Amino acid sequence: MFKKAIVSIRYNSLKKSNFYYRSLSYTSERYPQVQRDTKFKRLNEDDISHFNSILSKDQILHATPDNPLIIYNEDWMKKYKGQSSLVLKPKTTTQVSQILAYCNKVQLAMVPQGGNTGLVGGSVPVFDEIILSLSNMNNIRSFDELTGVLKCDAGVILQNAMDYVSDKGHVIPLDLGAKGSCQMGGVVATNAGGLRFIKYGSLHGSVLGLEVVLPNGQILNSMKSLRKDNTGYDWKQLFIGSEGTLGIVTGVSILTAPKPKANNVAFLAVDSFSNVLEVFKRAKGELNEILSAFEFMDSTAEKLTEKYLPDLPFPLESDQEGNEPSFYVLIETSGSNKEHDDNKLESFLEKVMESELIVDGTIAQDETELTNLWNWREMIPESTQMNGGVYKYDVSLPLPDLYSLVEATNERLKKFNLMSETESSKPVIAAVGFGHIGDGNLHLNIAVREYNKEVEKVLEPFIYEFVSSKNGSISAEHGLGFQKKNYIKYSKNDNEIQIMKDIKREFDPNGILNPYKCV
Amino acid sequence: MSRQLRILVPVKRVLDSQLKPRLLSSTQIDTANLKFSINPFDDIAIEESLLLKKRHPDLQVSTHAITIGPSKSQDILRNCLAKGIDKATLISNEDKGGDGVTLEPLKVAHVLKEVVSKGEVDLIIMGKQAIDDDFNMTGQMIAGLLNWSQATNVTKLEIVDGTHVRVVREVDGGKETLLAKLPLVITTDLGLNTPRYVKLQSLMKAKKKPIEKLDLINDFPQVDLQPRLKIVEVEEPETKKQGVILNSVDELIAKLKESKLV
Ligand SMILES: Cc1cc2nc3c(=O)[nH]c(=O)nc-3n(C[C@H](O)[C@H](O)[C@H](O)COP(=O)(O)OP(=O)(O)OC[C@H]3O[C@@H](n4cnc5c(N)ncnc54)[C@H](O)[C@@H]3O)c2cc1C
Repeated sequence: MFKKAIVSIRYNSLKKSNFYYRSLSYTSERYPQVQRDTKFKRLNEDDISHFNSILSKDQILHATPDNPLIIYNEDWMKKYKGQSSLVLKPKTTTQVSQILAYCNKVQLAMVPQGGNTGLVGGSVPVFDEIILSLSNMNNIRSFDELTGVLKCDAGVILQNAMDYVSDKGHVIPLDLGAKGSCQMGGVVATNAGGLRFIKYGSLHGSVLGLEVVLPNGQILNSMKSLRKDNTGYDWKQLFIGSEGTLGIVTGVSILTAPKPKANNVAFLAVDSFSNVLEVFKRAKGELNEILSAFEFMDSTAEKLTEKYLPDLPFPLESDQEGNEPSFYVLIETSGSNKEHDDNKLESFLEKVMESELIVDGTIAQDETELTNLWNWREMIPESTQMNGGVYKYDVSLPLPDLYSLVEATNERLKKFNLMSETESSKPVIAAVGFGHIGDGNLHLNIAVREYNKEVEKVLEPFIYEFVSSKNGSISAEHGLGFQKKNYIKYSKNDNEIQIMKDIKREFDPNGILNPYKCV
Repeated sequence: MSRQLRILVPVKRVLDSQLKPRLLSSTQIDTANLKFSINPFDDIAIEESLLLKKRHPDLQVSTHAITIGPSKSQDILRNCLAKGIDKATLISNEDKGGDGVTLEPLKVAHVLKEVVSKGEVDLIIMGKQAIDDDFNMTGQMIAGLLNWSQATNVTKLEIVDGTHVRVVREVDGGKETLLAKLPLVITTDLGLNTPRYVKLQSLMKAKKKPIEKLDLINDFPQVDLQPRLKIVEVEEPETKKQGVILNSVDELIAKLKESKLV
């Protein structure tokens, strides 16, 4: 009864994300400088009948005037829209292999698609590429309770994998806001970072093996459970973060971690970015091995989120004069001994309070509060896009420079007179910053009323140049995809780009996999 | 001198509402290492007493949280103090089994009756039920033992003239408004309010506040603690079958036919 009530609160607030439907123009129309590569074949009846010989009827979806396959053609941000007329949904690795061998032979271009939550336009077609959806490959293959190694199909949804291992006392070493939709293969293909990176590190470490189908149909299998295996080149690493351009990931072997027995979440108000960094420094030192997340968000981000979650009270009040603090910090600890963790966290908080590094704060008293506090971080992406759209920049910067990008962007949008929270004639609502301080990763989201060339020109390449000048990365975790393909030079030198192109050619000589993206 | 309104809020430490407990045996739940929190309905009762205090500077409102439980229950009392509750009492039942073993509603009611009988309470606000045993009867029993009026499942509460309470309760398909004279027992329902978060500063300060400690056996010799109920068996709920996602209406019709549903 009580649980139900809580769930319905969350559900109601989530429902609002189905904002009114705007019809979105095709990527090919909005970016006319990108041309369809004429070497690719156009789909015909022969191809369809060949796919019919590999897959059953219910594994093939055709676009019709009534059903233009919107959910497969449009991306999560409603920013990119392809014109594919065919979605293939294989159930086995052999079927994937047969499909690829055929497409490679006749030069049919294809985009691999997982949960379609990618944020750089990598998971949807640009023109008429066939969509290869992994969502029918959704079986857990095995789980070893002793070592914690999970082997599963690529199409298993992250949340399902989490629930599965959680019942067995383990956690997937990765968590992100899209967990209800994104797939194990998708997170590997994008090398997703997420909220627990600070504790569990990168997928380059926790993925122990992959099953991959190459464009020529060859199946490469290294679904191992070995933590150590120095027998020559570790080829699977190339596919982690390959964004669907080198091969199709069909199986994942991943090392899960023992489930923490105690979790705590504190939500703090801080009035300057330098204090955010000081709190971080102390948290690392004092909370050490139990620190599992250190997230920050600016107050503008939370203001947007308050509008998005009207039923959920904001955890902290403004001060007597009604002043809002400039930043909020969410700290999570996970460990094996509740009392030990409680004491550590409380003594840490006491100290930062005494040193006046934080102005206010709260600790979750139960799991419901814990989930609700996380909502104030995890719902920011949805909140920033609910009024029409969002330009997203996911960058790595040296910590002292991290927030200066948000400030510089705000100044620039003001200078060009493009931004207002209230005036609906201005295209931009607000530019907000949040992200994973622990990983030096800033998310700069520009909430807009509509996608607009003028705004885009003010933002790009300005943001990339800024990041490059500070020796940062223009894509910390979301990848290059379609959005950042042409900006790779801001993060990689000519030699590096050349070797990436060579690798691509080696695996996919005909370039059929996810063309127009990444390299 | 303005009129007094002395509020008693009985609270219980329960297995967190978001956790899925497992069975240890056919009569016992495995609570080892799991998170315990204040019963959510009691949290609402605490919040309501704090709101009354804020809303009524015209009355001398005092708030008192009380719990029967193991010494770990002090954690929830501390939070109550941090949120602004004036006084907290722990009636320790450590020797009576500690964690997990809870007293029957009638025994709790008897103990609380003894507390109230000292004559320092005008209003009891408590959760309509504890989410662990789901009895939904302790409030009613206290009212019975004290011979006080009661209003259960309350979603709105107002003090009238410092002597009466007007409440709204959810009843089947609608609402009912009642007026009752103090003293009174109120049990809370979900819609009453949204409990506040505890402020870090206050939590630190609350660490130094005293908690009154009583002992269930030594301090309540008049109460017969022998249980009248015996747990015969506890069972886990049936697991939900996994759903399937279908691609077309045709497939749906085929499946429904297969299962003989159409
Ligand atoms: C609300 C929200 C929060 C997010 N938070 C984070 C975050 O904290 N950290 C982070 O790193 N990312 C985050 N992301 C973006 C992240 O990249 C994706 O959510 C996720 O990693 C993609 O998984 P997916 O299954 O949806 O893949 P898709 O979006 O379907 O695909 C992403 C890319 O991978 C390719 N691909 C997918 N599956 C396969 C496969 N089996 N084989 C080969 N290629 C494949 C696609 O072609 C595409 O290029 C977030 C996204 C959202 C919507």
